[in-house]
Amino acid sequence: MNRTFLYESHLGLGSKFVNFSGWEMPIHYGSQINEHNSVRNSAGIFDVSHMNIFDFCGVEAKEFMRYVLTNDVNKIDDGFALYSVITNNEGGIIDDLIVYKFNNEKFRVVSNCSTFDDVNNFFESNIIKFDCEFHHKPSLGILAIQGPESEIALKNILELELSNYKSFSFTEKNKLFVSRTGYTGEDGFEVIGEPKELQNIWDLCISRRIPPIGLGARDTLRVEAGMNLNGTDMTIKNNPFESNLGWVVDFSDVERDFIAKENLFEIKNTNKVKLVGILLNEKGILRSGQKIIKDDFEGEVTSGTFSPYMKKSIGLARMPMAINGNANVQIRNKLLNVKILSLPFIRKGKIMI
Amino acid sequence: MNETPSDLKFLDSHEWIKVDDNTVIVGISDHAQNELGEVVFVELPAIGDEFVSGDEAAVVESVKAASEVYTPISGEVIEVNEALDENPELVNTSPYEDGWFFKLKVSDENLGNIDSLMTAEEYSSMLDGNS
Repeated sequence: MNRTFLYESHLGLGSKFVNFSGWEMPIHYGSQINEHNSVRNSAGIFDVSHMNIFDFCGVEAKEFMRYVLTNDVNKIDDGFALYSVITNNEGGIIDDLIVYKFNNEKFRVVSNCSTFDDVNNFFESNIIKFDCEFHHKPSLGILAIQGPESEIALKNILELELSNYKSFSFTEKNKLFVSRTGYTGEDGFEVIGEPKELQNIWDLCISRRIPPIGLGARDTLRVEAGMNLNGTDMTIKNNPFESNLGWVVDFSDVERDFIAKENLFEIKNTNKVKLVGILLNEKGILRSGQKIIKDDFEGEVTSGTFSPYMKKSIGLARMPMAINGNANVQIRNKLLNVKILSLPFIRKGKIMI
Repeated sequence: MNETPSDLKFLDSHEWIKVDDNTVIVGISDHAQNELGEVVFVELPAIGDEFVSGDEAAVVESVKAASEVYTPISGEVIEVNEALDENPELVNTSPYEDGWFFKLKVSDENLGNIDSLMTAEEYSSMLDGNS
């Protein structure tokens, strides 16, 4: 099993581990609920070094990104990031990712842990036609410092005036790459660098009582934030439009060709399926795979959990657009009432529903 | 860590039972609650439900997953722990006392089957063997 450079640190902090796609990662350090609420109320630090980093370099790096991503990097300036998906030729989602633009000839992509082979093959097969190289960077680690107090906490540690950096911007200092991005619905930062530097930041955060947060809370935070988990809320069988991600398919530049453009345009105009939020109005816990039923229509819960912040059960569910308002969910042998909602449930500590 | 009370019997699926005449109390072990993580919901049986040994009688849900609770013995549900409705975390904080699940009325004949269950000592050594 793979371990990140912080394994010994996790062990020392009392981590309980889980096998996450072949990586032995912290699930929690004692209380998933307390960790979750720390991020909503103050700040917490995550080791997400299992995720994949790819660097792209070449005179046609921008053209390559414009061709392989559904979203258009032309709309961001140097020093900014963009969320996107990559799809197969039919428009099925291979993965979601964040792309960082240094300049027209240099980009960085961070994608999911479990999809390495598919994503690597995708880039490898498409890059041939472009004057551009790419390199997987397994030696680099990633820390995420998230929560309303993350700016104050990290500013002193990095000695960097972080208030200058807007959401989805990034900078480099010494050997560190620092972006204002995350997967929690809160303000926060992600720091990429070599293990030695990141270990130092981790130790400083822990010594300043910023709690370590496991993958358990990472999952409940992202569900509350209405963010998809690839492989769970979407797979290669789902297109962006039925995954609440129509906004990352950018047709605005008619001159731009990109993978699956025609198919995605057709899907956009014919799609009758949506991914939405659901709130359980009764006692119980929503879980992925449960059936949603209303009149003659059926849908399915893709992610379900107990929301530590709202203290209710919430989830994401894929269903026909014809289902609105309230519906039933089948939990074991009972039909329970759910309310259908637009996402997110929570943004920056505020309950949006 | 909650000490394993010596008067309880255990199943390899981590339920415990306590016998008091013809009444049997059922709960889950300290090891089980620790593995599950923070319990946020417990679905209890209805009073009057009749179960055969091995039936799924309750469901305990932590933040991360749902797990079935099996009855180790045949009998009729005569009481459920209603405190778990408002405070499911009792399963974590007091697995052998306040976090019990339900009570069964068991016939003399079925009570005899309890001897086949593990003692606290046997259960502890089973866990040690696994770790």
